[in-house]
Amino acid sequence: MAIGADKEMLAELARRPGRDTLTSAIVKGAFITVSLLFLAALLFAPLITVFATALEKGFDVYISSFKDSDTLAAIRLTLTVAAIVVPLNTIFGIAAAWAIGKFEFRGKSVLITLIDLPIAVSPVISGLIYVLLFGIHGWFGLWLQENDISIIYAVPGIVLATLFVTFPYVARELIPLMEQLGNDEEEAAITLGAGGLMTFFHVTLPKIRWGLVYGVILCNARAMGEFGAVSVVSGHIRGLTTTMPLHVEILYNEYNFVSAFAVASLLTLLAVVTLVIKTFVEWRGYRKR
Amino acid sequence: MLQSVAERLLLLVILLAALTGCGSSDDSQDAISILNVSYDATRELYREVNAEFAAQWRRETGQILTIKQSHGGSGSQARAVIDGLPADVVTLALAYDINSIHRNGKRLAPNWQTRFPRDSSPYTSTIVFLVRAGNPKNIRDWPDLGRADVEVVTPNPKTSGGARWNYLAAWGAVLYRELGGDWSKLDDPAATEEVAAAQAAAREFVTGIYARAPVLDSGARGATNTFVQRNIGDVLLAWENEALLALETLGHDHVEIVVPTVSILAQPPVAVVDTVVDRRGTRQVAEAYLRFLYTPTGQELAAKHYFRPTDPEVLARHRDKFIELELFTIQTAFGGWDKAHETHFADGAIFDQITGVRR
Repeated sequence: MAIGADKEMLAELARRPGRDTLTSAIVKGAFITVSLLFLAALLFAPLITVFATALEKGFDVYISSFKDSDTLAAIRLTLTVAAIVVPLNTIFGIAAAWAIGKFEFRGKSVLITLIDLPIAVSPVISGLIYVLLFGIHGWFGLWLQENDISIIYAVPGIVLATLFVTFPYVARELIPLMEQLGNDEEEAAITLGAGGLMTFFHVTLPKIRWGLVYGVILCNARAMGEFGAVSVVSGHIRGLTTTMPLHVEILYNEYNFVSAFAVASLLTLLAVVTLVIKTFVEWRGYRKR
Repeated sequence: MLQSVAERLLLLVILLAALTGCGSSDDSQDAISILNVSYDATRELYREVNAEFAAQWRRETGQILTIKQSHGGSGSQARAVIDGLPADVVTLALAYDINSIHRNGKRLAPNWQTRFPRDSSPYTSTIVFLVRAGNPKNIRDWPDLGRADVEVVTPNPKTSGGARWNYLAAWGAVLYRELGGDWSKLDDPAATEEVAAAQAAAREFVTGIYARAPVLDSGARGATNTFVQRNIGDVLLAWENEALLALETLGHDHVEIVVPTVSILAQPPVAVVDTVVDRRGTRQVAEAYLRFLYTPTGQELAAKHYFRPTDPEVLARHRDKFIELELFTIQTAFGGWDKAHETHFADGAIFDQITGVRR
């Protein structure tokens, strides 16, 4: 009897939209408002400022800030660095995720931790380790100088620092995916006589492609936007070793606000494009599953 | 579909590689390049100097000269050269930074400062005051900075070369007043007590300035932005060239310059980095480049970018811009950079002691 009454009460509560649900509607509304205000203040306002300042003196001035040879060189260097770093880290990321996701071996957890290292250390440290290695007083400094090879304060150093900082992005994206998907289909393919490469391109790659695209996008965004590590190894030689983020700082310090924000707006556009592709990829990936 | 995506990506990479390949220049015999590692305030100056000198070099030798340029805080630029940044010439804010390039790694000779005329300083500057338009606090000279209602904006001497000049200018101005302008008393055993009293007065004055300083930025440009853009403080201690540039670019309706009766002669020095020019075979062009700064053309360019020319004739032509005032050198008032550093800015030295009072 008592049990029956309880059941009835529970059923009643579930059916009727009572005071509790009303409170939760208010709470929900409050949370949404707070988040939106927060976003507006911290995200949209600065974004608008970037474009407003860039276009302050008109569209022609905005366009002409990209005609400066140093600015063009900075854009070209940023694209070069990304073009070298992103493919390398993609290959590394797939290899690492493959090893971790598909095999069991000693030191696996150590490898996972090491992959996370670049995210954990400050970018300044990431830059300084290369100065300590390849600087004139570093381990390889004298040998490099005798053989006339420049690494830091030149493009190779910038590539290395960026490579280090963007190391984890593809791997971190793929490892959980690989682990979750398991080995069954690959084993089936190999049993049916497919070789390693064929299995990879026709079985594994299609399964992980959206995760891969997502990782590559994040890796690219970080590679183009990295400031700290690159700043340490760059040497700030105009038109030669300044990437876009460094060039923004230089222009700003020269009271050249319009050009500084014009280049910044290009980086901002990259961020927006990244977000759009990310949303698209998530939507595609979701629909496929 | 996947393959086409991969193909397109590959194509993009190839295109980018081709694009960047076009940009790299070939090393032909008639082309030569040098790297000038400089500090923040000289960006505008060297842009013009480089164009002018490259043209002249081509007329004289037929070689196409490219002068690459790097700017940053004077101390960190020196650090980069010590770590291997291949600078053919350095043009920094203070001799102490070039001394440390010599000390750490011997990349240039100890007598570098005697290799070019006038202590290897082709142009000079000094420390002046930037105040709000109309000078509402009526700041005229150094003693006004000691008033309780005046907030002084200056960067941190630990990190900024300009800030060290500010600090030493303030200190030296008090010494100058207390000693009646007679610097020889500093070395005169008979005047020991008078000198000690003057040093104590200077210390008290400088302590007051830092006690009332609202912020200590890490660099000179940062301090200028604090004063001008963020509207903090009543007076900014600044390089004369930075103050004039800020006035030109940011407008006369916000700020004005006050030149004190006495200040420090700031000598930003230049030097050829021996190990680099000998390895690259660029000694001749690097030395010609620095000597060019002393020619009338180089001196005119310095004046145009608000540095005081050291050539008396060129300076005379620009007297309207550079107001005459009593200038003392770091050598006369402090016995040189190494000594000034040791007494005032080293860990636990006077600057640490007087800012410790504030904590």
